Amino acid sequence: MKYFVYLAIERKEAILDPSGKATEHALGSLGFSEIENTRIGKLIRLTIDADSPEKARTIGESAGAKLLANPIMEDFSVIEVALEPRVHATRIPAKKNGKVTA
Amino acid sequence: MRTRVIVFPGSNCDHDAMYAVKNVLGEPDTEFVWHKEESIGKDVDLVILPGGFSYGDYLRTGAIARFSPVMKDVIRYANEGGTVIGICNGFQVLCESGLLPGVLIRNESLKFICKEVYLKTEREDSRFTSALSAGQVVQIPIAHGEGNYIATDEVLQDLESNNRVIFRYSDREGNVTPEANPNGSRNNIAGIMNEHGNVFGMMPHPERACEKILGSADGLHVFKSLQAHFAELVHA
Repeated sequence: MKYFVYLAIERKEAILDPSGKATEHALGSLGFSEIENTRIGKLIRLTIDADSPEKARTIGESAGAKLLANPIMEDFSVIEVALEPRVHATRIPAKKNGKVTA
Repeated sequence: MRTRVIVFPGSNCDHDAMYAVKNVLGEPDTEFVWHKEESIGKDVDLVILPGGFSYGDYLRTGAIARFSPVMKDVIRYANEGGTVIGICNGFQVLCESGLLPGVLIRNESLKFICKEVYLKTEREDSRFTSALSAGQVVQIPIAHGEGNYIATDEVLQDLESNNRVIFRYSDREGNVTPEANPNGSRNNIAGIMNEHGNVFGMMPHPERACEKILGSADGLHVFKSLQAHFAELVHA
């Protein structure tokens, strides 16, 4: 059986995240004053052939520990094991005629 | 000095390293080793992990190169006391492989920085810096987006108390100040070595500063130090 295993990787709290900080400033200048401490991590999808979802999760965790996350600066978890890839609910309306609106 | 320069897909300072050692330093037994090789060869004196963007820096800098076939032999060689120098991306590979502690993250400014910097030499009794004197300031360029050295407080304390910091970013006079720190590295760290003194990593590029015509010949001191180290071993 094929399983879609999602790993979320985040920097440890004590580690500076310059890209998160820059993004947070951009959000602030767009008026999102209620947003604070933005951190940017990674979402990794692995397609794993395994006998059970538990086995797929274990393989995903092992891949995370060996290569996908660096324990010095990152923490990770397997956040989902599913039979189908995740369907993202939010659809951002396309910009008309390629024009950028404010 | 039998030198092997490891070439990963995306290495782009491999030829600079080769030129510095073979042509400028005058060591004829200098060759490239492709990352797919499973051995670096016999009786190697020096392994250079060069700068560049191995595997496009995908995942994390150096993270995928660390699992290249040749790295197994480089790690064996280093663990047996072989001399390894990692420059820029090579330093990142050394950290990912666990041969050096800590990790290099995005520059504090978020910018890729390519410029000449000054480094204060912290010690002259290493095989990488014996041609320099402690406190001497050298001018060597940096060119990186991810050169911000971080490590846990325990690791930093270990590095500092055992004098494993070899170079620090400084001003022209050798003052180690926040203003002289180009990338946010903790304690202005530009280069460190392992506890046995045989593995060394630095973000600045000594191989790009080996001839006056390139703006500085200070980087050559690093290679001259190694040359002297191995010449001494032969005569010992």
